[in-house]
Amino acid sequence: MVILWTDSLIYLLVLIIISLSFYLAKKPQLQRPLAAISANKIGMLSLVFLLFFIAIGLLDSIHFKSNETSAKPIISVLDYWATPLRMMGEKTYSSPFATHLYSKETIILADGSKTWDYSRLQYGGSHLKQPELEKTTDILIKASSGFIKGMTLFGIIFFLIFFYASHQTKNKIDFSFYKLGLKLITHPVYLLGLLLISITYMVIELSGYYHVFGTDKVGEDVFYQAIKSIRTGLVIGSLTTLIMLPLAIIFGIMAGFFRGWVDDLIQYLYTTLNSIPSVLLIAASILMVQVYMANHQQEFTSLIVRADMRLLFLCLILGVTSWTGLCRLLRAETLKLREMDYVQAAQALGVRRSMILFRHILPNVMHIVLISVVLDFSALVLAEAVLSYINIGVDPTTYSWGNMINGARLEMAREPIVWWSLSASFVFMFSLVLAANLFADCVRDAFDPRRAQI
Amino acid sequence: MLNYIIRRFLYALPLLMGVNILTFVLFFIVNSPDDMARMQLGQKHVTQQAVENWKQQRGYDLPLLWNSKSDNPLTTTIFYQKSIRLFVFDFGISDSGRTIGSDIKQRMWPSLAIALPSLAVGLLVNISVALLMVLFRNSYIELSSIILCVVLMSISSLFYIIGGQFLVGKLLRLVPISGYDTGFNAFKFLILPVLIAVVAGIGSGARWYRTLFLEEVEKDYVRTARAKGLTETQVLFKHVLPNALIPILTGVVVVLPLLFMGSLITESFFSIPGLGSYTIDAINRQDFAIVRAMVFLGSVLYILGLLMTDISYTFVDPRVRLS
Repeated sequence: MVILWTDSLIYLLVLIIISLSFYLAKKPQLQRPLAAISANKIGMLSLVFLLFFIAIGLLDSIHFKSNETSAKPIISVLDYWATPLRMMGEKTYSSPFATHLYSKETIILADGSKTWDYSRLQYGGSHLKQPELEKTTDILIKASSGFIKGMTLFGIIFFLIFFYASHQTKNKIDFSFYKLGLKLITHPVYLLGLLLISITYMVIELSGYYHVFGTDKVGEDVFYQAIKSIRTGLVIGSLTTLIMLPLAIIFGIMAGFFRGWVDDLIQYLYTTLNSIPSVLLIAASILMVQVYMANHQQEFTSLIVRADMRLLFLCLILGVTSWTGLCRLLRAETLKLREMDYVQAAQALGVRRSMILFRHILPNVMHIVLISVVLDFSALVLAEAVLSYINIGVDPTTYSWGNMINGARLEMAREPIVWWSLSASFVFMFSLVLAANLFADCVRDAFDPRRAQI
Repeated sequence: MLNYIIRRFLYALPLLMGVNILTFVLFFIVNSPDDMARMQLGQKHVTQQAVENWKQQRGYDLPLLWNSKSDNPLTTTIFYQKSIRLFVFDFGISDSGRTIGSDIKQRMWPSLAIALPSLAVGLLVNISVALLMVLFRNSYIELSSIILCVVLMSISSLFYIIGGQFLVGKLLRLVPISGYDTGFNAFKFLILPVLIAVVAGIGSGARWYRTLFLEEVEKDYVRTARAKGLTETQVLFKHVLPNALIPILTGVVVVLPLLFMGSLITESFFSIPGLGSYTIDAINRQDFAIVRAMVFLGSVLYILGLLMTDISYTFVDPRVRLS
C-alpha cells in the first residue's frame, strides 16, 4: 500500500468526521437541526447522492503498487476494479457506444488492398459480427440485464437492512413482498438508492463491451476519466476546508474575543489578503510552486507523486485565500457573543479565558462554520474547473473535470463535433455540484437560528 | 466629510504596503531571480552566463533589500526598483520587453466595454427576477424558480460560455463566435459575451437579491404600508425596492473599480484584447512582471472599491454617520 499526501489528509478528515459525529450525535441541542435535515426530502436525496460520490472518491484514495508494467506504477482500488476500462484504449476519438473510429484512416484489407474508411474499434463493440445490425439489440439486452442485476443486488441489501432493523427493535415488520415494495417505491431515498445502484451496475456491465462516453483524443475511455475526476473534485472541496478552518476559527474568534491590537492585526491581515484578487494570488502562488518543482525535480520521484503534490499545494493555496470570509463572519459573531449574559457571568465567576473560549464561544459559532463549509464546497469544485482552464489548477496529468473541459473545448470546432468529453464532465460535475448545493441549502435551513421554526 | 475621506485614504496606505510586501516575498524571496531565469530559459543546458544576462536585461541582478556596493544602498535594490515603483503606477517593463503601463492603458477599455454592460444588464435582470419571486412568494412559482436558480448556479461558467458560443454562434450564426473590433464595430462582438455573463449570473444573483428583499418584506413599515391599503405591487415598488436598494447599491459600488480588470475566462474565450486575457497570457507565458503588476493593480482597485463603498453608505443611508 502506498499513501500519498492527499490520501493521508483524506484519512485524517474521515477520522475527524467520524469521531465528531459520534461525539455530537447524542447532544440534545443538535437533535432539532438533525431532525430537520432528515425530514427534508430534497436534502436526504442529495445526501445519498453525495455519499455515493464520496464512496467512489474514497475507493480512489486507497493506493497500492501494481504489478503491471504500465506507465502508472501506483494505482488505486478503483483503478484496479476499472482495469478493463483503463486497458481498453483506442487509437483516437470514438463517439459513445461506437463500433468505429471517429475519423477515417487507411485500412489494409485481408487481400492486401488499401481503403480509406472508418476502421473498427479495437475493443468497443468488438464482440459483434455485424455491428450495424446487432448493436442496438445488444446494447438493450446488456443494459437491461445489468439493470436487473443491480435491482436484485439492491433488493438483497434492502431486505438485509430491514431484517436487521426488525431484529434490533424487535418490532414486527411486515415482510410481505407487497409491503416492502410499497415502502421502497413510496420512499424517495430508497428509490434513489435503487436507481443509483441499478444504473451503476448497468453502466459497469455496458462498459465492459463499449465505451459508454466514447474515447478522447488519445483513445482513453472518457467514462473512466470522469469517474477518476470525482476524487479530484472532492479533494479540492474538502481538503481546502481542512486547511482553511483552523485559520478562520482561530483568527476569527481571537479577533472578536480579545479585541484591541489583536483585532487590529488580524483585521489588517485579512483585509490585505482579501484585497488581492484571489485568482491572481492563486496564479502567482502556483507559478511559484511550478518554479520550485522545476528546480527540485529529484524530490518528486514519480509522475503521480508530483501531481499529488501539486494538488495538495493547490488546496493549500485555495485554503489560504479563502479563509478570510469565514474569519470575518466569526469575528462579528464572537463580538456579539462576548457581550452575552452567560459569557459575562462566566467572566465574573472567574472562569479562565481559554475555558470561556472553548466552552461558551466555540460551540456557539459552530453553526456558522458548518454552514459556510457546505456552502463553500460546491464553489470550490466549480473553481477547480476554471483554474484548470487558466492552467493554474491541478497538474495536467491529473484527471479532473477542468482538464477534461480544457482538452475538449478546442474540438468544438470539428465537424461532426466531439461532444462526449464535454457532456461527460458536465453530467458528473453538474450532479455533484447540484447535490452539494441542495444539501447546503438544507443544512443552512436546519442550522441557521434565524430560519428555525419553533 | 473631507476629513473622513482623507482618513480612509490614510488607512488604505498600510494595506497597499502589505500587499506590496506580500507580492515581493512571493515573487522574489520564495524563489530567487536565478530560479525564475532558469525556468524561463529552460531547465537544463543553461549556462550561468545566460542566467546572468537574463537577469541583467530585466534588472533582476541587484541585491534584494540592501545594496552595500552602491552609493545609495536603498534605491539600487530589487525591492526599490520593482516594488516601490508600483506605488506611483510605474509598472516597468514586462519580461518580454513591453511597457506594462501603456499595455494596461490600452487594454483597459475593451475590458470595461464588456464588464460594464454585463454588470448593468445583469443587475436589472437579477433585480426583476428577484422581485417577481418575492411577489409570488409562498407559491409553486416561487418554489420552482428557487430550484431553477440552484440548478443555474450549479452549472460551471465554462459550460455557459461553451454552450452559448455553440448555440448562438455556431448553430444559429447570429453573432460572430469571438473576436473584437474598435469603435462601434465592436458592438456585435460584445452581445454574446454580455448575454452569457448575464445568464450565468442569474442563479446566484437573483437568489441573493431575493433574500435581501425578503428581509425587508418582514419589516414593520411594510406592514403599515399594506395596512393602509396599498396593493402588493405598490408596496414592493414604492417601499421595499428603495430600501433594499441600499445593500444592493453598496454591493455594486465595491466591484465598480474592479470592472477595469475584466473577466479572465470570458475575455480569453472570446479573444477580447482586454486586461483579463492579458493576465491569462502572462500566466501562461509565466511573465512574472505582468502578474506582479496585475496583482498590485487589482488590490489598488479593490481598496478603492472599499473606500467608495464607505463613502456611498453615507450618501444613501442617512442612519450612517461619519465617525
